[in-house]
Amino acid sequence: MSTFCTDNPLVNRAVLIWLLVAASGFLILPWYAIEDGFWGFDWIVDGYPFDPDYAPAIVLLLAGEKPWLWPILGFLAGPLLLIGRDKRDPLFGLVLLAAGGGGFAYVLLQGFAISIGGWEIAVLEALFGPLGDRQFGMGYGAMLTAGGLFFLLTTGLAARRAVNGDVFVVGAIGLIVAVVALFIFFPIAQVLVSAVQDNDGNFALDAFFDKLFSTKIWGLHCVIGSRACGVAWNSLALAVAVGAGTTLLGLAFALVVTRTNFPAKRLFRALTVLPIITPPFVIGLALILLFGQSGAASAFLEWAFDIQPSRWLYGFAGVWLAQMLAFTPIAFLVLIGVVEGVSPSMEEAAQTLRADRWTTFHTVSLPLMRPGLANAFLLGFIESMADFGNPMVLGGNFEVLSTEIFFAIVGAQFDQGRAAVLALVLLFFTLMAFYAQRRWLGRKSYTTVTGKGDAGIPVALPNRLNWTVYGTTIPWALLTAAIYVMIMFGGFVNIWGLDHSLTLRHYIDAFGITQGDHGLVWSGGAWNSFFTTVTISAVSAPLTAGLGLLTAYLLVRQRFAGKDIFEFGTMLSFAIPGTVIGISYVLAFNVPPFELTGTGVILVISFIFRNMPVGVRAGIASMSQLDASLDEASLTLRANTWTTIRRIIMPLLRPAIVAALVYSFVRAMTAISAVIFLVSAEYDMATAYILGRVENNDYGISIAYSSVLILVMFAAILLVQLVVGERQLGRRSQPRTTDRAQGVQPA
Amino acid sequence: MTMSFGSRAASVTFEGVTKAFGEVVAVRDVSFEIAAGSLVTLLGPSGCGKTTTLRMVAGLEMATGGRILIGDEDVTMLPATDRDVCMVFQSYALFPHMTVLENVSYGFVVTGMAKAEAWERAEQGLTLVGLTGYGDRLPSELSGGQQQRVAVARALVLEPQVLLFDEPLSNLDAKLRRRVREEIREIQQSLGLTVVYVTHDQEEALAVSDRIIVMRNAEIAQEGTPRDLYERPADLFVADFIGDANLLDVDILRVADGVAVVLIGGVEAELPSRGLSPGPAKIAIRPESVLLGEPSPNSPLVGTIEKAAYLGNHLEYQVSTPAGDLFVIDPQVEPARSVGASVAVGFGGKLALIPHAD
Repeated sequence: MSTFCTDNPLVNRAVLIWLLVAASGFLILPWYAIEDGFWGFDWIVDGYPFDPDYAPAIVLLLAGEKPWLWPILGFLAGPLLLIGRDKRDPLFGLVLLAAGGGGFAYVLLQGFAISIGGWEIAVLEALFGPLGDRQFGMGYGAMLTAGGLFFLLTTGLAARRAVNGDVFVVGAIGLIVAVVALFIFFPIAQVLVSAVQDNDGNFALDAFFDKLFSTKIWGLHCVIGSRACGVAWNSLALAVAVGAGTTLLGLAFALVVTRTNFPAKRLFRALTVLPIITPPFVIGLALILLFGQSGAASAFLEWAFDIQPSRWLYGFAGVWLAQMLAFTPIAFLVLIGVVEGVSPSMEEAAQTLRADRWTTFHTVSLPLMRPGLANAFLLGFIESMADFGNPMVLGGNFEVLSTEIFFAIVGAQFDQGRAAVLALVLLFFTLMAFYAQRRWLGRKSYTTVTGKGDAGIPVALPNRLNWTVYGTTIPWALLTAAIYVMIMFGGFVNIWGLDHSLTLRHYIDAFGITQGDHGLVWSGGAWNSFFTTVTISAVSAPLTAGLGLLTAYLLVRQRFAGKDIFEFGTMLSFAIPGTVIGISYVLAFNVPPFELTGTGVILVISFIFRNMPVGVRAGIASMSQLDASLDEASLTLRANTWTTIRRIIMPLLRPAIVAALVYSFVRAMTAISAVIFLVSAEYDMATAYILGRVENNDYGISIAYSSVLILVMFAAILLVQLVVGERQLGRRSQPRTTDRAQGVQPA
Repeated sequence: MTMSFGSRAASVTFEGVTKAFGEVVAVRDVSFEIAAGSLVTLLGPSGCGKTTTLRMVAGLEMATGGRILIGDEDVTMLPATDRDVCMVFQSYALFPHMTVLENVSYGFVVTGMAKAEAWERAEQGLTLVGLTGYGDRLPSELSGGQQQRVAVARALVLEPQVLLFDEPLSNLDAKLRRRVREEIREIQQSLGLTVVYVTHDQEEALAVSDRIIVMRNAEIAQEGTPRDLYERPADLFVADFIGDANLLDVDILRVADGVAVVLIGGVEAELPSRGLSPGPAKIAIRPESVLLGEPSPNSPLVGTIEKAAYLGNHLEYQVSTPAGDLFVIDPQVEPARSVGASVAVGFGGKLALIPHAD
């Protein structure tokens, strides 16, 4: 009846496409990973398709190699049964489930079962006898075949009426579940496994408990003796101190900006952009230039008050100060929204009920902000726990979990089990904080903005609070300014503390371009890592934004079973410290079937999954503002889900998309904690390079490079503000949102 | 009227359709048939399931039980994209980043029609709703009423088997509402469309519908023509929801040949018995069916004016009587009765015994 059903009568289009993808992976592209890396294409002219290193699976099979790949051919042939069948035929879904699901599972299974050393699983070895052959990590071919088979599976699920039979939505859900499982849950599971193994891969529970309960982690000697405390306590104390400090300072800043007539408010607001563009450890670096033994401030204090410079900066105090400087703007950002959200009419109501300004503040305003304060504290806590750069630069003998993990695996110890155990402790702390945040704040509505016109002027602060707030924020803002002056200026000084003559030496060392025999030569030492950083960040940004927004679309607009778990899984990586991601990737992707360490791909992947939650949140926020009836109108006008996303949602979300792109780009440029584990000689990243120079006390070039990075990112953000800002001004009309639009999805 | 819009109107049939969101049942075991070419309204208070029912016709919600047919085709499992149904949304849902013409031609463009033809047919659609020449504007540059007509044109041009309206007038001001609802009715009748229309406004429903389906608590309370519902409500809920009604306890004295003689506070009246037998019963009396007069010693029922309100073309009274309080609309404006005055109360016209009074 319906003239709009465009099903091809012979073969369903989705099935055809994914079958072709899977088949091309099996028949055309090299099955195994290529030594030159993902982007190396020398293999095309270098013996393909008959060189076994580059051969497609079918050629290997015909040559009598890798016989365990034969069954895949069978799974690929399965969907041919569907020729001429309608997608409503019950057999249609079943065949796809069997072929896609079975094939996908088999590809994974053979990958895990057979590795460099032959059989990986003892039972199978016993069953089939020793294997003369072996295999390496999966390459393009295996990837495409697995992907194609996987989407045949989701198409089959759609044909079985999952999510109303929407092929696109089922595929999208499947995609996200698969990549989150592969790149978040699988690596974390590897950490768990490594924790209970010794370095030779044997199961060793007693070693696990030894490591877990070692005094190095949990010792309390700093309380009852004079030796250092365990790293877990160090991390915890630091995180609590930083969380509390940033929350209080952030609140002070938020109050100044929203509740006073302070003239430099705009400047204060600009502070919020700083942590986004500054790699956190750069703050630590600048602190050394200020307060270190040969720092500017230290020199001044010695000259003026005869205070001898000391090493106070290297330890708890220094790391705390650096993290305070780095993370206060985050708390500030959270609390601006919260303070602004306190409805003036509630405060006015309190005043008409005879409360004075102080009473109003502490009985009405402050309690209304309480959930926001908790949120800010937990964010500061998690950031401090996860921070790697500052403890690395300033820690001295003060050791925390994130740095201990690094030294456990990179240093002379090379103890994977110990690194894994430490990672578990760190993960435990942050997950607890994450859980507390969701548990405590999850269901509570902490906006007091009602949507009704809220007239009224925010009540002025009580006097004593006013002075306290000014007294803390102004010196702090000056300190922050001094830090950034240091960062910008420090790169021009010859040798800090010894020779303060001005020089361009560091910039030339880092970013020199010389005239060579064959044109320009990028002779500066930083160019390599700079280009790599920009490339990797640029590649990962669209993928991050795309995956994040797709997830947001599914969460906001679709109903499906298990959505809560789906949401939790995608947001989980927010709570996993970068250090843990780093170590888990090293453990999970160092061996077949996924051999990714040392490649650029692993950096891209780590950025995608580190930054995806930000894209998801941004997407959810802006998509909730789009009236759902816009998509529904498009659907009833014969557009399918994908057309609707492309023609309606994406154009309307363009500002959010651009913002997500830039944010993921910038976050990738400034990341350090996961990156430090994953960089290689070929793929060195700017932050890792700088940290390496800091380790060598090569402050000049480090600070010069940092200032360039900050300026590049500042320019990027400014550009986007300009572009997105323009668009918002020229925006045509805000789509109407009605009450019913929310009512469409019953609770 | 342009003849380029053919009618492919089809009937809509629900067979025991249920929709549950988890534990909450939004529509329970609903069956009805909407004849091709008719305008049927789903009417009810908010949360009664009327919008969910409409969205199930559209394919925006999938039924959890029962069968849905459009024409002879079972569409129960078909998603919105594949159904030949269009919908005019409460918020209009015009795409803000597209011009009026792009909006109206959207349905053609996404199904792969050549742009020139799509635009030509969209222009015809705009002509039909009286918006010739508005194609280049953005929706935000139109008034509310014009936006509404663009939304109608966008749905109409695809010549759907069924056209759905979800509270299409709720964003318009009172005066415009009357005009637009007349326009919708006119287009529906001249093109012979099947229209399913959702509203919570009973006056709107009475004005536009061939038939009305009143819903309550996820179920159908009564289905019938506007006259059926107003004059012969099936239960207290319908009587109260459609128009104002005075619901009184009465006694049925005797029933003969389908005619009941009832006693309303001393006044005898003859009404269709609607299957009831002698004994206590409930009756619905429309406010305009209460007749007020000067009291005399013979008046069987005398009341007192408790409140009076002047509304220009009529007066509204609250009258307390031994039979109960009555809400009365009196077209006679001069002279107004004053509060405290005694009046004789009689009944004429629209009285109805209510068969299911529990």
